[in-house]
Amino acid sequence: MSETNESYKTNFAETKDIVFKIFRYDPDVNTEPHFDTFTVPVVKGWTVLDAVMHIKENMDSTVSYRASCRMGICGSCAMDINGKPRLACQTQVIAELQSDEVVIKPLANYPILRDIVPDLTPLIQNHEAVKPYIIRKDKEDQKNPKGELYQTPDELEEYLQFSYCIKCGACMAACPVVATDEEFPGPQALTQAYRYTIDTRDDGFMERIDSVDKTHGAWRCHFAGACSDACPKGVDPAFAIQLLKREITARKFGKKREPAPIAKQPVNVKRLESVPYPPEKTVK
Amino acid sequence: MRESTLWFWHLIAGIVIIFVLGIHIGVMHLDKIMQAIGIMSAGDVLSYADVLARAKTIAYLIIYLLLMWFALYHGFYGLRSMILEISMSKTAQAVVNWVIFLFGFGLAVYGTYAIIIGYTMANA
Ligand code: SF4
Ligand code: FES
Repeated sequence: MSETNESYKTNFAETKDIVFKIFRYDPDVNTEPHFDTFTVPVVKGWTVLDAVMHIKENMDSTVSYRASCRMGICGSCAMDINGKPRLACQTQVIAELQSDEVVIKPLANYPILRDIVPDLTPLIQNHEAVKPYIIRKDKEDQKNPKGELYQTPDELEEYLQFSYCIKCGACMAACPVVATDEEFPGPQALTQAYRYTIDTRDDGFMERIDSVDKTHGAWRCHFAGACSDACPKGVDPAFAIQLLKREITARKFGKKREPAPIAKQPVNVKRLESVPYPPEKTVK
Repeated sequence: MRESTLWFWHLIAGIVIIFVLGIHIGVMHLDKIMQAIGIMSAGDVLSYADVLARAKTIAYLIIYLLLMWFALYHGFYGLRSMILEISMSKTAQAVVNWVIFLFGFGLAVYGTYAIIIGYTMANA
């Protein structure tokens, strides 16, 4: 036991020795991956990311991992923890995992860059292919919008849940179809295709359709639901894919939708005194 | 053809199969129960006279043609989906598509011929 570990034990009232088995693989050096074992005095309240950082800082500086925000927002720290894709910064070691041993591997279904860092290129490429942005019929309007587009709270509600995706890739790692079918865009991209298609301000269905309504597209989803189970943000990609199938079918049978018009300035509305004005622009 | 069209027919086929297979199961295998509740009397399942009597009806012809076409489509589309899930080259995918199509189409033609011949002979 190193000195640092001992000092953690004396400085923090509640620590528990947990064994971390970390997947190690450097494609430039190793021919085969292996696991390294570290015993970490985990402080009550630590997340897996805290423990991995402790290992890197105090026990083995060559361990590679990826993280940024440490608050479940950036999606960088997704890894396979005790057999399930999770955000390391959001997974409590003692309270949540309830195990004396934690096995950490890179997310499944991606090439490995090094150790527990996956190469998320397939995720980004599939995401890009579904054109995840508002597309307007009027291209001039899209480039230089003349004003805000009209949308009711109910219309916002239609896609809000699906817009919480942080592109962590956990759903792709859990998906059995992604595991077997290299051409399947996966739950993340299909969910975003639905999120933008159903947005009343969007008119890009026909531009998006080829990337989802194809042999290896939305129709290959088995509805196993593993993606929704894994998603740390409650996006429910499995549900979105079923809704996407419904939307494609409905449009096939003639469902049409005009994209939202530019919102009119509200008339006879008085500003509440209690609502502060925005600050002056700092960049002119 | 967009995949949604193929998939949509796969669903339709599933629904048609439930319906016509339900009739088949009711008439051929649950006939005693059906007769007991007075729904239909298809006669004895294996007696020559009853088989002939059933084969003469236009309902028999339509139900079995529907069952055969839709079951073939449903089954072969499902088989194609499973095979194509294994990552393979575009050429291999094209081969799978053609083999599935030709085999399914061949069986549909042969099945149609057999059912129509059965109906014609029963009525001869
Ligand atoms: S849908 Fe959920 S699991 Fe998938 S990338 Fe988005 S946030 Fe992560
Ligand atoms: S570090 Fe950003 S989500 Fe975990």
